[in-house]
Amino acid sequence: MRLKAAIVVFPGSNCDRDCARAWEFVTGGKASFVWHKESSMEDCDVVILPGGFSFGDYLRSGAIARFSPVMAEVARLAKRGSLVLGICNGFQILTEAGLLPGSLIRNSGLKYVCKDVFVRVENVSSPFTGRYEEGQVLRIPISHGEGNYNAPGDVLERLRDEGRVVLRYSDPSGRVGPDTAPNGSADSIAGVLGEGGNVLGIMPHPERVSDRQLGGTDGAAFWESMVDSLRVKGIRV
Amino acid sequence: MSEEALEDKWSEHGLTEEEYKRLLRILGRQPNYLELALFGVMWSEHCCYKHSKGELRKLPTEAHFVLQGPGENAGIVDVGEGVGVVFKIESHNHPSAIEPYQGAATGVGGIIRDIFTMGARPAAILDSLRFGPLEGHRVKGLLNGVVAGIGGYGNCMGIPNVGGETFFHPAYSGNPLVNAMCVGFVDTNRVFRGRATGPGNLVLLVGSRTGRDGIKGASFASVELSDSDPDKRHNVQVGDPFMEKLVMEATLEILENGLAVGVQDLGAAGLTCSGCEMASRGRSGIALDLDLVPLREDGLLDWEIMLSESQERMLMVVEPGKLDRVRAICDKWDVPCTAIGKVTDDDCFVLRRGQKVLAVVPSVFLTDKAPAYQPPMSEPPSYQPLKKADVGLAGKIQDIPGLLKKLLASPNIASKRWVYEQYDCTVGANTVLAPSGDAAVLRIPGTRKGLAVTCDCNSRFVALDPYWGTAMAVAEAALNVAVTGARPLAITNCLNFGSPENPEVFWQFSKAVDGLAEAARRLGTPITGGNVSFYNEYDGVPVYPTPVIGMVGVMDDVDNRVPHHFRKEGDHVFLVGRSLEEFGGSELHWLLAGRDEGHVPFLNLDFAARLNAFLADCAKLRYLESAHDCSEGGLAVALLESAATLGLGVSLDWADNISPAAALFGETCSRALVSVSPEKLGQFMGYLQDFNLPHTQLGRVAGDGLISVRYNGAGLLHEELKGLLGLWEGALAGMAGI
Repeated sequence: MRLKAAIVVFPGSNCDRDCARAWEFVTGGKASFVWHKESSMEDCDVVILPGGFSFGDYLRSGAIARFSPVMAEVARLAKRGSLVLGICNGFQILTEAGLLPGSLIRNSGLKYVCKDVFVRVENVSSPFTGRYEEGQVLRIPISHGEGNYNAPGDVLERLRDEGRVVLRYSDPSGRVGPDTAPNGSADSIAGVLGEGGNVLGIMPHPERVSDRQLGGTDGAAFWESMVDSLRVKGIRV
Repeated sequence: MSEEALEDKWSEHGLTEEEYKRLLRILGRQPNYLELALFGVMWSEHCCYKHSKGELRKLPTEAHFVLQGPGENAGIVDVGEGVGVVFKIESHNHPSAIEPYQGAATGVGGIIRDIFTMGARPAAILDSLRFGPLEGHRVKGLLNGVVAGIGGYGNCMGIPNVGGETFFHPAYSGNPLVNAMCVGFVDTNRVFRGRATGPGNLVLLVGSRTGRDGIKGASFASVELSDSDPDKRHNVQVGDPFMEKLVMEATLEILENGLAVGVQDLGAAGLTCSGCEMASRGRSGIALDLDLVPLREDGLLDWEIMLSESQERMLMVVEPGKLDRVRAICDKWDVPCTAIGKVTDDDCFVLRRGQKVLAVVPSVFLTDKAPAYQPPMSEPPSYQPLKKADVGLAGKIQDIPGLLKKLLASPNIASKRWVYEQYDCTVGANTVLAPSGDAAVLRIPGTRKGLAVTCDCNSRFVALDPYWGTAMAVAEAALNVAVTGARPLAITNCLNFGSPENPEVFWQFSKAVDGLAEAARRLGTPITGGNVSFYNEYDGVPVYPTPVIGMVGVMDDVDNRVPHHFRKEGDHVFLVGRSLEEFGGSELHWLLAGRDEGHVPFLNLDFAARLNAFLADCAKLRYLESAHDCSEGGLAVALLESAATLGLGVSLDWADNISPAAALFGETCSRALVSVSPEKLGQFMGYLQDFNLPHTQLGRVAGDGLISVRYNGAGLLHEELKGLLGLWEGALAGMAGI
């Protein structure tokens, strides 16, 4: 079967083209764009919610986008088992839509932060991270004003226990501490998996480090891992 | 309205008595209030450049690769393979002084519209900022507000901010400067221009509704600031970057599908300026019905609608048969789109409400035939004495490490990380060299090529010598482009000056334009557009003359780009160019004396051109591991910046016939700090000889994290890089906090 990948475009999305380019560059496959007003989507294997400022981040980032007609379809595909990846604003939308636990609030420093950070890969059994090694440290850019991950204590505990924290902010050596999150995230969380294991939200931007020309390739394995995990099911690029 | 009442009004609209008489001659009758408002704003300095037009004719604007020179929304250069680079810089100084967040944000919004109006997708933003000394609540508030505003708008639009400059000096205490530059890529077969042609074609207003914000912004930009200015907050526009993102996507989709005849954004003087400029460029007329303009609130007066500077609006000329397709695209993006008038075959700008005619004016008199002046000029009496001031420091400097530390922690030399980390610099996935170095480099989509972009001006030098100071700004911008491996190509400029009605300011302006023209000609970088911002004064005191140079350059293979930072232990470190005993206008002199004075560094433009060519060649031949321009703070600061990125040290030992202070801190023009791997050393040195360039082999890159410098046999520096970096990187954040 042919792998079908879709990138959902909200008004204000601005990493949609970057994601398509990285997907195509790394996997050799095509990704199609789906406008947020679509109320039906074909059964895609991969759905990417890209970064940006959907609806200008007005009210609260992701709070308006979750009402877009396409979101019912994203929920349906998530339930069906498709791989759903939300990056930055995509992560915020997934939490607002209830497809991921917790919420992303204003950075603790109260300023927008764009810089390369280090994250440690905590779980390599997810369909998004199979190509990484446990504990591997990635150098990858963040760029957000609201990336401070928060959830009630019992939720954080469950996420920890179930191995659903996939990425944590660390220092270059992989040490994780309260000082390593650039935005104040609880437990230094940079990425979490949904209950079913097929929905992932991450704040860093792998699409910006998937090509050597851009100064790094630490993000490329996200795309490769997804392709790997689908290949097992007989779905090929 | 009686004649007397009207005469009170011409001054209210910023016109002089002379201009009012000219207006009477043109119309052959009394203008009504609305017509007076149109002329008032279109004949303001901001819209018609009446004081600067004559001087600007001196600038070289042509070359075989220039697709669009001055006169349009932005300039365009052809970089080959069907790609055009569209770029322009503009000021938003006065709005930012009054309301820093919105002033700066809408400055960015305006320059972005200028780029996508031409059919180009914006690819990068740069910003050039100047404030008073970074102390006290007011300047800190301005800095925080301006940076947040620039970031807030650009980040939301998804356009990376890849570079710029931030400078603090008492000369800007009352009147900060906020200049924003935008660069985009366009298919050379699909360039659009702001022309209204084809009688019967529809004029559409696309984007936000029209409100009372920013009314008379253009006139406000054409007077000096003073204490009463908090009252002018209503002159400042309010930005909505989300709406602009939608307007941009809709406009680009309309243009990609060839559905518009001409497009122009609404900026200064709103509907008035865009309407009559489009008509004038298209040599046709435009008739608008103000009843059709969608409003934010009821009851806007005719002149308020015409002068509103509500943001995120475009004027589009569309053939009637294509209206439905244009509407469909606007509906998709939820962007309002309303036909408000038609192109006509006379040359008049006609405003109506239904059948009632409100104003009839020949559009060319609002634009091309606006008044032009050649104001008087006189050399300021301080010019010669300042130039002759003794700034010799030879023998007076004892504690070199202490001095370096002071310099590194001073806000002009300190790392600008605190600023640029608030800007998304990598969205778009084209940024290959990011903001910490010299020029930024972007890959040019669909090609192997790279584009280098920078903006520069050292206004201390311009204040001391407007001619050479401006030439130096051009040379520095070109060198910043060349060190990355690109060939400098073309210039956009933002000329920030005081009042042109002050003969001493106009003398500075005229000299600066002369210097700009000469340097641009000799470096082969024509000027494709720009912006003049006069009246940058506070209570009668002008800012330093600040001609900011935005430059683009191109390299054939983006993989040949050269970073500014050292890369490997053992690499050889060279200074290409010759250092002289020069301290005039330097950061060091300012630090020690608290004054800008002395003779500015000597600039040889032919040498500068040769150095640029050499660096671009070396990059192509892959001789260089790194290359960095030496400018503010001299070689010592360039060394630190080159060492900072990877935390590598240097071990240097050389001899010369200038003082140690001049060797380390002098700001001689046209010098590049480069590193070369041992394998390439022979080839590189051979090439240096072919080019006959003076150079000094300074030493090697070290792995020990030490900055170790011996000069003429004596140890000058032996410092842990880590400690120096702590000062350099932490200084601005420490000072900027409110």
